[in-house]
This record gives sequence, structure tokens and C-alpha cells, in this order.
Amino acid sequence: MKHVMGVINLSEKDGCYDLQELTRQRCIASIPFGGRYRIIDFVLSNMVNSGINNVGIFTLNKYRSLLDHLGSGKVWDLHRKKDGLFILPPMEPCAAEGPRGDMGYLYEHIDYLRNSSQKTVVYAGGNMIFNTDFREAVSFHREMQADITVLYKDMGMGGEDLSRYKKVALDDDARVVAMEAEPGQMKCSRIFMDIIIVGKPLLLDLITDCFKGEGRRMCSLVNDGIVPNLSSLKIFGFPHRGYLAAIDSLSCYYRHSMGLLQPEVSRELFFNPGFIYTKSNDEPPARYGEDALVQNSLVANGCHIEGEVQNSILFRGVRVHRGATVKDSIVMQKCLIEEGASLDTVILDKEACISRGRELKGSRENPMVVGKRAKM
Amino acid sequence: MIQRKECVAMLLAGGEGRRLGILTKKLAKPAIPFGGKYRIIDFTLSNCTNSGIDTVGVLTQYQPLVLNAHIGIGIPWDLDRKNGGVSLLSPFAEKGGGRWYKGTANAIYQNICFIEQYDPEYLLVISGDHIYKMDYSALLSYHKERNSEATIAVIQVPWEEASRFGILSVGFEGKIIQFEEKPPKPKSNLVSMGVYMFNWPILREYLKKDERDKGSSNDFGKDVIPMMLREGRRLFAYPFQGYWKDVGTIESLWQSSMDLLVEEPELNLFDREWRIYSVSPNHPPQYLAPGARARRSLINEGCVIYGEVENSILFHGVYVGPGSVVKDSVILANAKIGEGVQVEKAIIGEETVVGDNCRIGFDNGGSGGKPADITLVEEHSLIPGNMIIRSISR
Repeated sequence: MKHVMGVINLSEKDGCYDLQELTRQRCIASIPFGGRYRIIDFVLSNMVNSGINNVGIFTLNKYRSLLDHLGSGKVWDLHRKKDGLFILPPMEPCAAEGPRGDMGYLYEHIDYLRNSSQKTVVYAGGNMIFNTDFREAVSFHREMQADITVLYKDMGMGGEDLSRYKKVALDDDARVVAMEAEPGQMKCSRIFMDIIIVGKPLLLDLITDCFKGEGRRMCSLVNDGIVPNLSSLKIFGFPHRGYLAAIDSLSCYYRHSMGLLQPEVSRELFFNPGFIYTKSNDEPPARYGEDALVQNSLVANGCHIEGEVQNSILFRGVRVHRGATVKDSIVMQKCLIEEGASLDTVILDKEACISRGRELKGSRENPMVVGKRAKM
Repeated sequence: MIQRKECVAMLLAGGEGRRLGILTKKLAKPAIPFGGKYRIIDFTLSNCTNSGIDTVGVLTQYQPLVLNAHIGIGIPWDLDRKNGGVSLLSPFAEKGGGRWYKGTANAIYQNICFIEQYDPEYLLVISGDHIYKMDYSALLSYHKERNSEATIAVIQVPWEEASRFGILSVGFEGKIIQFEEKPPKPKSNLVSMGVYMFNWPILREYLKKDERDKGSSNDFGKDVIPMMLREGRRLFAYPFQGYWKDVGTIESLWQSSMDLLVEEPELNLFDREWRIYSVSPNHPPQYLAPGARARRSLINEGCVIYGEVENSILFHGVYVGPGSVVKDSVILANAKIGEGVQVEKAIIGEETVVGDNCRIGFDNGGSGGKPADITLVEEHSLIPGNMIIRSISR
């Protein structure tokens, strides 16, 4: 994997999806997930666990919290002399002129891609939560002598509504025969995971071709690089067989967070095949009081619980006072839930405070969201 | 060129902790796990970094492997520095042959070269055996204000415990009149915490003098401090208030652990202004299953709990199976407690697997009399199902 580099492009997805309060001050990749992680930890840890030592992260907007989280990349062993972590914000964030679209951002930093010594690129978006070893897909890519390998997940029929996702159709030899430029047209259960494996020379060609003529201003890797070239390039599909959470809406975030309360799901996402790394913040172990009653919940370090917590996820440093109840809820870092307050199907963003006796209630389809540092 | 430092800390971490039995079979006392996620030495290392001391020499000797791996280059304590930072100092060989550290003072003596690199004015000597939170910068200010040549931090302990420590008699404005190491009949209950602030140039001369004395045991408490007092040096006592514990025995280790579980623990681990740093195992949050119960406990990340945990401390990655009850116990990292197990007043070692339906520890049954002993289960043990393990009464 010495010859493989990782690119995480956060530029396309943001703005397309609405996670309301949760994305008011941060990009999707930076949303807290699973009690102590951020969404980007999964794809980033997957890359590192696969032996990738060079990762470029293309950010578009609202990336302050992301930068704070990533730091020097030490947590992922990416603080390196050679290669390591590269954070690449847009050259001119406010420019109306100039190339845009995910290819546009790659174009702006094409020198980074050119200067990297690796020959193959694992290119991923930032809103997918999964645990995988990319080595398998990369060796498939090599064996098939593919130009591009797209990773997909077969979601099965009859489950959730797949119309929001871009789908791919394969022939018997795993060659991609159709792929959606816009979601919602094809009827099939294989969704594109927003991850491709591509040789670097081809990627560079696709990028430069995009911006050759006049008037080309918006370019998307999938729509302009892959979909029109399905017959001229050897494009294969490789399946992801594990769990996948594609976070594109608030209800989806809520549902997949709650999914972690199934031990087999969390065991896979957190451990299998690799460990997920995240910034540690030196909180003490969680403390349970005399009357604490915590069941079917994930609790992070630094929590101090004296009340009742059911089917919920508590991030680091949450305080639940005596007589407070938290049910079916997600409570982010350093929130304070005072005596007698009650939460039911609520998402509390960081450092929110629910005062004495307040009762908040949302629904599964539409969980109530309390913004960062809000006082209720 | 190395930048000059005002104060350098030397942390004595070679202690064997003989009275801690199998807990210190493979590790030094400062490496003993404490409080659900820490090792004892984390307290002093965190004190250093929280006090603004960024140059720390850690003197190791007995079983240093775990300690060395834990400290590494000092990242968790922000002690990975270009200038200063943490240095692990083990005994070494030289032209005239190799030598162990003969005593606390000799350990510093053998590392004079290390200290001289930084040309410090003050030398802080601390021990990695103690659990406490202390601002050494306040000690240094006190030391400077009194124009002291050596300042010893002191704390009051119950009279019955005093004879285990170095006892100080103190006069006007905290001037030390007498220092006795572990006297059978202590004259005061003001004891040395093993925290010393020295004027380095003065200490250096005393270390050399002490080294020349063939009859000396080369110990701060027994030799160097009494010698400084005899020669009329200005020594002061710095009164410390707060939690301080020397966990010398299994009983005191267990008791100090239980002390963390009371309503308002004296040692507050939740103080964000004085964090205790440690190596993060990077485990996911703990999971409490439907039907699980955790009360009056400290539980670290990565634990998975199906049974009941009461008045106990669980280190990272511990599994407690359905129907099991863990009470008044300390379970070290990655131990696995099967189904239907009862654990009471026990310390269970790292990575130990306890089979289903075992009973570990003394069953008090609510009867009076003398309190039960602590049952200690060694690390990496495999206990088959249905076993009953009790402490051997001493």
C-alpha cells in the first residue's frame, strides 16, 4: 500500500444535504458520532489501517471544527516527515469565478496530487460511516487491471428508501454498465459509496480534461469523469459487505446512531477489521451515582450520571443529574441535564444545557435538535 | 545548544513496591494501574505538566518495561519537547563498570550530567509512588520567598500511620528543626511527602559529599536531609493540604480506589483545570446492555456490561456477562467476567478470564466481625467455570 494515497473530498457533499443545527457550524464530516468520534474518523482510520500513509483532505467550508479535530494527524499516525496528512482548503473560498465542483477543488490543488509519489488513489467522500480494509479493493483493482473501481454496497430490496443514493449496475464480470448521474432513476439496490480507486495518471487526465475548454466551470468526478466513460474505460464495481451508514439527513443520522446500540453493529463499526481512531481528550472514566440507572446505552468517558438513561448515546463529559431522564436520545459532549429534566428522542448538540424540570420530546422521523450551547 | 531551565524535575520511579505482592511482579510500583484508567505515575507526571515544568527525568530501575512503554516520549503529558521534555534515565554502565542506583540520592548523583545540561537553579525531586494533585509552581514560589535552600512538602497524617514516614519537627515560619526517617516513636504527625525542592548548586555539593561517605545509604530522607540540617542549612517545610496517598499495600490500594467512589471524593478526577493525563487506549464508549446496572462506580471506555456493577472500578475493555455481580472490586483492563459470576472485594488482574458461575472474593453475608481480606487474582489468569476463590486470611 506504499503506492496508494488517500483523498477525502468534502467539497461536493456539503450543502447538498441538510442536517439542520448539526451542520450550522461544521461540515458533515465533522459531526460527532458514536459517543466520541466524528464522521470523518471512520474513512480516515480505514485508510490508515489499510496502510495508506498519505491522505489529502479537501475541505470546502465550515472546517474550523474539522481542523481542530484533525490537528497534525498525530492520532492517525499521520504526522510524518514523509507524506502524512494534508489539509487542502479552497484557494479562494469566496471566488465566484474559476472552476468548481469536486473536480474544481482537485484542480486547484493538482500540484499536491502531482507531487505525491503514489501511483494509485483511493478517493472518498466524507459522509460514509463504515469499517473496511481497502487492501482488498485495491488488489481487486489491480487484478482486474481496472481503470477505475467503484465501491458499492448492496442494500437489499424492500428496506429503506434508496432513491436518494446514486446507484450502479454491474454485469456478470463486475463491470459497471450503468451508473446514475442523478439519483432516483435506476431501480436497483446497489448504491455507490462515494469511493473510487483510480490510477493517479488517469485521475490527473480526467481533472485536466474537465477544465480544458472555455466555459467548463462545474465538474463532478462521477458525472463528468465516470458516467460518460463507462464504455471507453474499464470501470469495475467492488462490493462492501459490511455495515454502511450514509449520513445525508437528520433522521438518517439519528437512525444510524441508534443502530450502534446493537452490539453487533457497534462491534463491527468500532473494531472490525480495524480500530477507529479519534482525538482523545483525557476525560476520567464515567462515574455512576447511587441512583443511576443506565440501560441499553453507550456512555463515553467523563460522564457523570445520577439519573436515568435508556436507549441513548452520551458523549464525553455529559452530566445527568438525579431525577433526570434521558430516553432514545443523543447527547453530545459536555451537555448538562439538570434535575428532573426529561429528554425523549432528542439530539443535544455540544454543551447544551437543559434546565431543571424541562421536558423535550421529538419523534423518530423528526428528532428534536437542540443547538450547540443552547440553554433550555 | 540546550536552553537553560529554571527548574528541572527528577522523578524517582524505581520503586519495587514489595508489599504489593503479585501486582508488582512484572511492573514497578509507579506503573500500577489506578482509578480506572491511570497508572500511579500519571499523577506526578500530570502535576509536572500542569505546574509548567517541562523537563522531567524519570529514574527507573525495577521492572521498567511497562513504565517505559507507558511513558514513551511523553506525548500524553505534552512532554515530547525539543527542549527538555521527558527523559527515561535507567542505571548505566561506564568505564569503571556498571552500577545500580544505590538509593534515592545516589540515583540523582548518577545523573548529575543530565541535570547540568539544563543548568537549572532549582531541582524538584519527586516520587512516582504517590497519588496526589499538587502545584509545584506554588512550592517553588514558597521556596523562593523564604530564601530556602531545600523545601520539603509535608502533610499531616493520622498518628498511628506516622511511623511509616519521614517525620519533621518544624519551628518558626516553617523552618525545619529536625527530620527523622521512619522513627518508631514519632514526635509529630507532620510527614514528608517525598517532594523536595532544592537549590541545585547546593544540592549538587551535598550529593557529592554524600557519595564520598562510604557509610551512607545515599538516601534523601536518611542521609542527605539530616546532613544539611546538621550543617545549618535553611530548610523549610511546605504545608500541603489535600489528598495524598502512598499506596504501599494491597489494602491501601483497594481502599484508595474505594475512596474515589464516595459522593464527594477527596481526589477529584473530574477537575478540568487539573486534568490527569494518561495513555489513551482509544476504545469506543462503554456499552450498558438492557438489564445492566451500574451504581457508585467508575467505568472506563470499551467496557461492555450485561450484569451488575456496584461500588467498583472497571478499567478499559472489561466485559461483565449477564447475571454477574461485581461488588466492591477493581477489575483491571480487558478482564472478562463470564456469566453468573459473583465478584466481591477483589482485584482482578489485566486480561484475566473468569469462567461462568465462579465466585470470587469473600462472601460477608452481612455478618459482623473483622472485615474480609481482599482477593487478588493475577493478570492473564484463566479461571475455569464454577470455581470458588477466596482470599487467604493473613
